[in-house]
Amino acid sequence: MKEEFKVISELIDEKSRVLDVGCGDGILMEYLLKNKVVDVRGLEISKEKVKKCLSNGLAVVEGDAEYDLKQFPDLSFDYVILSQTLQAFMSPENVIKDLLRIGKKVIVTIPNFGHWKVRLDLLFKGEMPITKNLPYEWYNTPNLHMCTIQDFYNFCNNKRINIFKTISLNGQKTSKITSSNLKFKNLISELGIFLLEK
Amino acid sequence: MSNFGKMKSILIKEPLKLDCGKEISNFPLAYETYGNLNEKKDNAILIFHALTGDQFASDINPVTNKEGWWNYAVGPGKAFDTGKFFVICANVIGGCMGSYGPGTIDPLTNKPIATNFPVITINDMVNAQYKLLDHFKIEKLFAVAGGSMGGMQVLQFVSNFPNKAKVALPIACTASHSAQNIAFNELGRQAIMSDINWKDGLYDGKTFNPDKGLAVARMAAHITYLSKKGLQEKFGRNLQERSDLKFGFDADFQIESYLRYQGSVFVDRFDANSYLYITRAMDYFDLTKQHGGNLSKAFKDSKTKFFIISFTSDWLYPTSENKDIVIALNAIGADVGFVEIKTDKGHDSFLLDVPDFLSTIKNYLNTTYLNINERRI
Repeated sequence: MKEEFKVISELIDEKSRVLDVGCGDGILMEYLLKNKVVDVRGLEISKEKVKKCLSNGLAVVEGDAEYDLKQFPDLSFDYVILSQTLQAFMSPENVIKDLLRIGKKVIVTIPNFGHWKVRLDLLFKGEMPITKNLPYEWYNTPNLHMCTIQDFYNFCNNKRINIFKTISLNGQKTSKITSSNLKFKNLISELGIFLLEK
Repeated sequence: MSNFGKMKSILIKEPLKLDCGKEISNFPLAYETYGNLNEKKDNAILIFHALTGDQFASDINPVTNKEGWWNYAVGPGKAFDTGKFFVICANVIGGCMGSYGPGTIDPLTNKPIATNFPVITINDMVNAQYKLLDHFKIEKLFAVAGGSMGGMQVLQFVSNFPNKAKVALPIACTASHSAQNIAFNELGRQAIMSDINWKDGLYDGKTFNPDKGLAVARMAAHITYLSKKGLQEKFGRNLQERSDLKFGFDADFQIESYLRYQGSVFVDRFDANSYLYITRAMDYFDLTKQHGGNLSKAFKDSKTKFFIISFTSDWLYPTSENKDIVIALNAIGADVGFVEIKTDKGHDSFLLDVPDFLSTIKNYLNTTYLNINERRI
């Protein structure tokens, strides 16, 4: 988790306005406030988590990204972050559209369903994979739309979304993902971090 | 009401121009304070009361000898921690707890001003209370807070004085009083004005007092402060000190007896004309209209941190109306937090012991106070 935050933080310029969509307990927001001079806002669906954020003085609004992103004007943030949440939406495509409308740049992180352990689980066990980043059983998972790094990469290309940077995270190790090493990185990365623009 | 002498007040000498066009001057504004103002004068919180509240937010109200209306929230170690913060609360103009209102005695006639009192607005109330900052020589408040009509005053305050409060907590309120709310207020007013003892507002308070009308107004309003589920759970169809129905119009049911009691104790502490004037002020409140139909404009110059709270079972000032304020603030990139607290206690939740609500405010205020001081925002 810390590695992911570090990578996200390095992608963000100083003195920018940031919106963390699905900010949870606000730990990423606090990490950014500690390490950067930024103005950070959050949107979170869980009342319990919103209360926790507000108790820590964070500017977090209770709401559902699928409905409540509409209220944010075009290009009102320098960065919009969606950390490991895309797979939980009913309509990931519409959410991405809204993020690209609101943010000058968008950071999306994807728990990679193409990781070799996931593939082996399904191939040899014949059961839905359970991993560190995806710790749910098939019957109680909030994740409706799982994808691989390659899937999301293709999605961006098909939708003509500019990918500025793609970073692979595997344990503590980070590396760049390019079109030439995509197949390989899709096999070894636990997490993909995308920096996008409309 | 022999303890009126114990009340603090300021005399506002300079003229205050009201929304109705009239001017008032040399009028009293009664207030109370809790905790101590620190040397830097950066720990003051101005709390605005709701329709039937007064300046006695905490401790024992010396006039009614009952607990202050926000005793759950204001006090040492509480949500508004008077061990840390200096809490100021004033009786609104139009009120009946020592501030200038329809019950104030006109020195010329030696009778209450009654319906000669001008129709006031939330804006007028806030402009009068702003004078307290001069009185205490406070350059900038740490926070303004209030629920219901108090929340409306918070919104109006920040709109009028964008740089005079670092934090704003509007709770269970609206930026624009709804038709349903105007309807309930009108019901209350009609109950008062149809009481034969109201006498066009010229009742003497002794022989003639519109107690029945005011009690009915309170009973009707009280229902709107609770939720259906809350009422059902608390009273259900329980009978009042009887084993069966009596086939008459006495209070057979506990809920009837409860409402009658609420009505009867209310008339002992509240003035009927004040009820008319203050409900009117609420009805006239439309911050969106004040800003040409764009609520965001009300806050456009504000650097204030907003924390908005609504309650799931509040149907009088529902979450949707509170969320409209959040949306207007997000539209201009304001610093805003919002949470809807889950409770069955209805609109009254903000006055009651709702631990989630109280602890979130407490933590938010304490952390924000530290953050502002440390980061010197």
